[in-house]
Amino acid sequence: MSLGPHLLLALLEGTVGALTLALTALGLSLVFGVMRIVNVAHGEFFMLGAVVTWYVSTTTGSYLLALLAAPLIAGAGAVLADRLVLRRIGYDPESTIVATIGLLYILQQAVLTTYGPYARPVAPPIYFRVGFPWFGYSGYKLVVAGVAALLLATTWLALGRTRLGLYMRATQQDREIAQAFAVPVNRVYTVAFGVGSALAAVAGALVVPIQQAHYLMGLDALLLSFVVVILGGLGSLRGTLVAALLVGLSDGVVSVLFSPTLAKIVATLMVALVLAIRGRGLFGEAAA
Amino acid sequence: MSDSRPTSSAPKISRRTLLRASGALALGASATGPWVRRAAAQAPPLRLGFQVHRTGIGAAYGRWYDRTTAAAVKLINEKGGIGGRPVEIIAEDDGTDPKRGAEVVEKFASQHKVDFIFGTLFSHVVIASAPRAGELKIPYLVVSEGYHVASGSLNRYVFQPGITDVRAQITAVGGWILKNLGKKVTLIFPDYAFGHDHRDFFSKVAAAQGGTVRALIPIPPTETSFTKYFPRVPADTEVLYHVMVGPGVLTFAREMGEHFGSKRPQIFGFIDSVEAVDIASPGLEFLEGTYFWEAFPRYATPNMPAHVRLYRDRVGINDSGASVTDPKDVSTASHMFGCWETLFVIKQAVEQSGYKKPGSDYKAFIETLEGLQSFPEGIEHPQGPKRFGGRIHQVFGQQVISKVEKRQLQVVHRTAIEDSMYEPEADYTKQPL
Repeated sequence: MSLGPHLLLALLEGTVGALTLALTALGLSLVFGVMRIVNVAHGEFFMLGAVVTWYVSTTTGSYLLALLAAPLIAGAGAVLADRLVLRRIGYDPESTIVATIGLLYILQQAVLTTYGPYARPVAPPIYFRVGFPWFGYSGYKLVVAGVAALLLATTWLALGRTRLGLYMRATQQDREIAQAFAVPVNRVYTVAFGVGSALAAVAGALVVPIQQAHYLMGLDALLLSFVVVILGGLGSLRGTLVAALLVGLSDGVVSVLFSPTLAKIVATLMVALVLAIRGRGLFGEAAA
Repeated sequence: MSDSRPTSSAPKISRRTLLRASGALALGASATGPWVRRAAAQAPPLRLGFQVHRTGIGAAYGRWYDRTTAAAVKLINEKGGIGGRPVEIIAEDDGTDPKRGAEVVEKFASQHKVDFIFGTLFSHVVIASAPRAGELKIPYLVVSEGYHVASGSLNRYVFQPGITDVRAQITAVGGWILKNLGKKVTLIFPDYAFGHDHRDFFSKVAAAQGGTVRALIPIPPTETSFTKYFPRVPADTEVLYHVMVGPGVLTFAREMGEHFGSKRPQIFGFIDSVEAVDIASPGLEFLEGTYFWEAFPRYATPNMPAHVRLYRDRVGINDSGASVTDPKDVSTASHMFGCWETLFVIKQAVEQSGYKKPGSDYKAFIETLEGLQSFPEGIEHPQGPKRFGGRIHQVFGQQVISKVEKRQLQVVHRTAIEDSMYEPEADYTKQPL
């Protein structure tokens, strides 16, 4: 294949990857930004979204219903985890890391016990092949990219224009002052954790017709999300979006033109470079 | 185990009498029942350690290895066990993980004190586990397909008597591919030992028979998306040769279809790519008209012999090769028969060698097994007749080429055993026991 079409395919792959990654990473970034905790179990909510999608779409036959159920169920699980675990340890940064590692294993093993160790396919709701003169491409992947972009825009608007968004931004800027201005900080924490996990679950639900649902699929999602969040600057939503596009596109282009292993090396190098030169990430706030 | 035998002989007589009495009561219900039970009560069981991939990427295979093993053991025990002893299976999950694999072998030998270990499939697990079996000096019979046994790189305690190896499979079908599908071949294979066997041996076959390998595309075993690899298939490729395993295979086939559309080269795959996957799955339309290597035809063939029918019924698969209780649960037909045949080889070798207990009797067992030359087709070897290479501890058999027609696999060619034979590169019998 000549360079032109090759590059087109690379960009397509990169865009689809970048947008779903942005959705997952946005959830992680939201949780970190608002709550100042690192959610190591974030990838498992991605996996949970995929698995719930498989359950719902195979029992009801409706993918759309599954797409709605996945974030709701994962979000509800996250709210429960927040109430039962995170709040009880006072959102202490170090304890939450240990607690969410525990949560990671609980979720993973619970899925392994109930759903099993198999990779199960979900039929895409819309299936068509986009034929370019040189190669074909999955139409569903383009739909995924579109839906992911729409969800990103919605989240962005919600954060900027709604009262809840205002509360979240206020809590992120200064928890104590926000509380002094009657922002229900504890409830905002719960909502942030729920919404953050629900975003990961939606991403999982969207990619499951491309990738199949498997109990270990959260690991990759978690690693790449961390890369994105660190690169973008901890807690900066704008940085997360830019970094996700950067990582996603470079991953797509490098892995198509060279090798997928090299793409992972490049992503890791980018993080190392950013940390060395600009420790707070591309858009991170200066250390307070 | 060994010291429990003399002391337990006294109570055994009373248990036997008791059983005979209960057997008499049950006589109306079943004629064979009391005999089987008496045999079971007489002799201590032959304990087989079954190293199974219950979790990890080999889980689908493990599930069917489990069922096939259970079915074979049931049949063996119904017919009086092995050497008059009932067979008992002790299964341990290795998580399809090399490190766990070696630990499981250790556990079988030192904790469960089994007679033999068998059943491992994935090559990286076999390669990690086999040295431990050699150190512990316990016979380890794998059902793995890898060339690692025949290559001589393992040890005298490792056998593969129930399934043919990758090199033999490629040697048998490689010529057919070059003759019938095309000379310019691109290979897509997983980037570990099993895939490397395909890379190396197909390249050898191609070089010997006038074909050219246009490109080699290795894929990391944990990959979940494959679209990015297809641009590397050169445009003048006549045959795309694929052999993928693991959770991503369905995605692989669908993305291959999306990429090539109707302008595809001829495609030849190893059934490993779609074992445990329904050929009629959504997205696999693209496989229509492509070819697969099979060891054991997944779909029932019109004139299959009675023993194949019996084997399929015993294992519990329907005419489409799926579970009789759940048509969505598709079997790994081209691999799992290996567990069945391995168990019957163990039976033959134990009975011929007069094997009684672990340790000192292993020498006779191993030498007897190395001396076996062939296995006739029948219920004990339903896949077909076999020839055994005692020096390389590897069995040889027929291979099947099937074409996907109307979303089913139809057998188009069956090779002869000779087609798959190659010059042995090793001799385990020279190693000390």
